Amino acid sequence: MPEIKRTLDQLKAGESGVVLGYEGEEDLHYRLKELGLVKGTSVLVKRLAPLGDPMEIILRGYSLSIRKQDAAKILVRKNEETL
Amino acid sequence: MKKTVDKKNKEIALVGNPNTGKTTIFNALTGLRHSTANYPGVTVEKKTGSMRLPGGEDISVLDLPGAYSLLPRSLDEEVVHDVLLGIRGDTPPPDLVLVVLDAGNLERNLYLATQVLETGIPVILVLNMWDMARQKGVEVDLQKLEKRTGVPCVTTVGMEREGIAKLQQAIALTLADPAEGSGRFSVEPFLPGLLKTELDKIVVLIEGRLKNRPQAAFGEALRILSDRSFRSPFFGDMKTGDLLRVEALSVRASLKQNGIDWTSVEPECRYAAVDHLCEEVIRRMPQKTVPFSEKLDRILTHRVWGLVAFVGVMGIIFQSIFSWAKIPMDLLSRIIEKLGDFAQALLPAGPLESLVVDGIIAGVGNVVVFLPQIFLLFFFIALFEDTGYMARAVFVLDKLMKKVGLNGKAFLPLLSSFACTVPGILATRTIEDRNDRLATILVAPLMSCSARLPVYTLLIAAFIPAVPVFHVFHLQGLTLLGLYLLSIGTGLGVASLFRKTFLKGNRMPFVFELPPYRIPHLKTVFGTMWDRAKEFITRAGSIIFLLSILLWFCVSYPKSPSAEARFVAERQQATATLSGEALQARLGEIEHSKKDLQIRSSYAGSLGKIIEPAIRPLGFNWEIGIGIVASFAARELLISTLAIVHHVQTEGEGMTAGLVAALQKDRSPETGKLSYTPLVALSLMVFYVLACQCFSTFAIVKRETGSWGWMFFMIFYMTALAWSASFIVFQGGRLLGFE
Repeated sequence: MPEIKRTLDQLKAGESGVVLGYEGEEDLHYRLKELGLVKGTSVLVKRLAPLGDPMEIILRGYSLSIRKQDAAKILVRKNEETL
Repeated sequence: MKKTVDKKNKEIALVGNPNTGKTTIFNALTGLRHSTANYPGVTVEKKTGSMRLPGGEDISVLDLPGAYSLLPRSLDEEVVHDVLLGIRGDTPPPDLVLVVLDAGNLERNLYLATQVLETGIPVILVLNMWDMARQKGVEVDLQKLEKRTGVPCVTTVGMEREGIAKLQQAIALTLADPAEGSGRFSVEPFLPGLLKTELDKIVVLIEGRLKNRPQAAFGEALRILSDRSFRSPFFGDMKTGDLLRVEALSVRASLKQNGIDWTSVEPECRYAAVDHLCEEVIRRMPQKTVPFSEKLDRILTHRVWGLVAFVGVMGIIFQSIFSWAKIPMDLLSRIIEKLGDFAQALLPAGPLESLVVDGIIAGVGNVVVFLPQIFLLFFFIALFEDTGYMARAVFVLDKLMKKVGLNGKAFLPLLSSFACTVPGILATRTIEDRNDRLATILVAPLMSCSARLPVYTLLIAAFIPAVPVFHVFHLQGLTLLGLYLLSIGTGLGVASLFRKTFLKGNRMPFVFELPPYRIPHLKTVFGTMWDRAKEFITRAGSIIFLLSILLWFCVSYPKSPSAEARFVAERQQATATLSGEALQARLGEIEHSKKDLQIRSSYAGSLGKIIEPAIRPLGFNWEIGIGIVASFAARELLISTLAIVHHVQTEGEGMTAGLVAALQKDRSPETGKLSYTPLVALSLMVFYVLACQCFSTFAIVKRETGSWGWMFFMIFYMTALAWSASFIVFQGGRLLGFE
């Protein structure tokens, strides 16, 4: 089955995936990696803020708020069966 | 002091991610024996205290700012990095580091901990919030963690002081035998083989600079490799800086050739090492019920209820600042007034009496009167931080603030600025990104602070007719609303402009943690409130106080001996010829002419005359000019200044009514036209909304930005803005046929 690469901001609330890498090379990405968003990390989109942005994601057992514009730089493989 | 030089106390430092309860551990260790200052040259808070070990030895404790990584991205993190590596001249590296970890969130917290372990400084790992971790179903095998890291591990619940005694013992033991705290952990086995040999080329260049801790060179080399912006202080080194840059670039190129992504090699390998460690020591129990925090979040970040809750909470803050705080504020100003009367009765009339009453007591009054607002504001901020709601408020509001180029964390500082700009600017410290923070600081003074309100109230009462609009609204009320909208609109517009021009871009992505909710710990809340209020009183208060005295001097001097003599003669004549009520009235008149002449011939009066040509096009006469000058101590002084120059009884309840009548009648001596028209009043109100007339704000901007340049820029842009806006209102109004 061919995998569809997508970015983290495309996941809906309740969907999860695994980080594959980053789109482009930017200094800003380094902080996201330090916070644990490195290759192979599982992320779950918990919810979107009331106005639709930012999004709350859960990774490594904690909750992080991330703006969609930053999430759009993170490539993920979506998990098919969502919990 | 001399005695302590030869027998210096040992020093420990606390390091940890934000939201780990690091400060509660610090407080539990030091009790109330702590003080705050700034690191020289930067606006980062330096919190130090002392504690006594079980053996009786006194040691000092340093609470380093929160950090996620030793690769510095904010001023806070830079301080942590520089202190731990021993390259800050003013703060030597500590003898022992307590790395405070959120036990429920070990994976991410261990990222920083492993970096600290690699510096070679003895370490104790403090697994804080142990109770919450257990509730979350997280179990940690402490013995295994100690074995793998090689350092003592202590579990604590900072708020309950649980585990503090054990921690104190561990500190004493480790300080006595530093080998106890030297870690075995290294990320090295997880690095690709090629990197290890390449890294040595960087290590040899910096080892010399790290004389005290050669072990630290490895970790620093890894960061130098990944530091795209060459921020490490080693790049600034005269001798080796350039060489280091060349070497870093060549290592990067060689890694790239071999298919290793140098931009993520450190985080990836470090997390691999941390994951490996966590697999051995952490067990997560599945949770049966939905946690309380999650239930609360379903409401507080709900599409509808989340917004309702946010508006409600902000409404309470606003209400408390403007209405509840009013009662103690009125009481305080009455006490200060009474104190003034008392001093006046006690002291002989003359310059000393004037200095004490109009200078010192009035100056202290200008500070003290704001305290109820500031205490309430800081109480709510501390309460929301402690419960975890603050992060949700930022989460809810970020999208709106993003539209003007700011972020969600700018909201609270801007809201606080409606009470007083000074605490508002202090609250911007939570904004990590430099450009975001600067933009917020620069527009905070545009938010209409409560000192402007008396000016609006007076001018509206005097010149805006009390007529209904569309049967429901009131023209006076609408004017006030309009002024606030002008303040908010301009502030957001200016922020957006700055963020699109010279404050473009960010150093950090806007990410923040959403910690679980918890029941507020009142001692922590009040402690935080008190620490911040104390900072306002000591730092801002002292400046406001000194400037109030300076301003008093400008308004009271120079004295004219001939005029003084004339008033004495007039008073004697009146006493000789009149009696009873007529005498009292005449004496009052003389007193007012004296005050009037005094202010007109004072330095402030001359300054008002000097700026008159500049404010004429805005419709202002030089009496207003004096008021504008006096406003720099406190804006509401415009009112008392106008009262003095228009011979209005300045005391008691009748003042506002009397001043309103006097302003409505006053005519220009040259043209015979009314000096104050509704158009002039409108122009003046617009000027007060936009102008930066507050010495305390100047001082706090200088301190928080660490630069005179930004302070002068702020004064310049706000003055230009205020002048242009008033010019448009006044001249535009005249073109439309208004007077």
